[in-house]
Amino acid sequence: MEIPYTVEPRPDTGVYNAKLGIWLFLASEVMLFGALFSSYVLLRVGATTWPHGYEHLNIPLATVNTVVLITSSVTMVMSWASLAMKNIRRYRLYMGATIALACVFLVIKGFEYAAKFEHGLYPSESTFMAIYFTLTGLHGLHIVGGVIVNSYLLGPGSRMWKTDPARFTNRVEVAGLYWHFVDLVWIFLFPVLYLL
Amino acid sequence: METASAEGIRKHVRVYVTVFVALMALTLITVTISTLHLATPVAIVVALCIAGLKASLVAAYFMHLISEKKLIVAALTLTAVLFLALMVLPVSHFADRGL
Repeated sequence: MEIPYTVEPRPDTGVYNAKLGIWLFLASEVMLFGALFSSYVLLRVGATTWPHGYEHLNIPLATVNTVVLITSSVTMVMSWASLAMKNIRRYRLYMGATIALACVFLVIKGFEYAAKFEHGLYPSESTFMAIYFTLTGLHGLHIVGGVIVNSYLLGPGSRMWKTDPARFTNRVEVAGLYWHFVDLVWIFLFPVLYLL
Repeated sequence: METASAEGIRKHVRVYVTVFVALMALTLITVTISTLHLATPVAIVVALCIAGLKASLVAAYFMHLISEKKLIVAALTLTAVLFLALMVLPVSHFADRGL
């Protein structure tokens, strides 16, 4: 069975189906992270004391990670733009860079976690550490998910470029929307956990 | 974005680079301000304003929301309202107690 509206916009929604699908998924993701941010606010407002992020967390590492993730968002959007300009070689370059940057982010995060564990700082240590590990852990899982999808689109998935280039370009755009959302969550996590 | 021409895409690319530079500058600014250790309420407002600005840039230009169809914008507006309600709930709980 042919999947309808993978390329041309559906007349009643004005967009191709996958785009509406990813946006509805991202809306549900906003509520998922929203629930956790809301819990953070409740816990912080209700706490008698709250540690400053800089007392426990490594701001230089997190700043580097912020730069890495924002850069990966740019390379992601550039990979889509390369396909829109019918340049598959440049697409591979940018998509490869996006995946590599995502891995750099995860490695840096791994070092951060390892340093916390070395100092005996586990989620059970305090409410702050609990919410730190919950939020960054869930965000990290999203990064892993993005790496898996983007690797598929760089590897076996890119065969579609030969058979249906417009549909493949849309797939990359949809994967990009997800990736920018993951970047967007970090843009809020960084100041909330580290800087305040 | 479906019918974007090659020339149109090239214009997009220039915008992406500009947005990238702006995002880097805002990251630098927010980290620099945090080293001043301002009073917590002021620091929260400043940091969240900068984060909001960065998020808007990503959503508007990288996610193309600035030129997106009405249906998607409507769905996201509803999401934003529900998200704000989630954020206000815990604060209002304490405001109610006069804290």
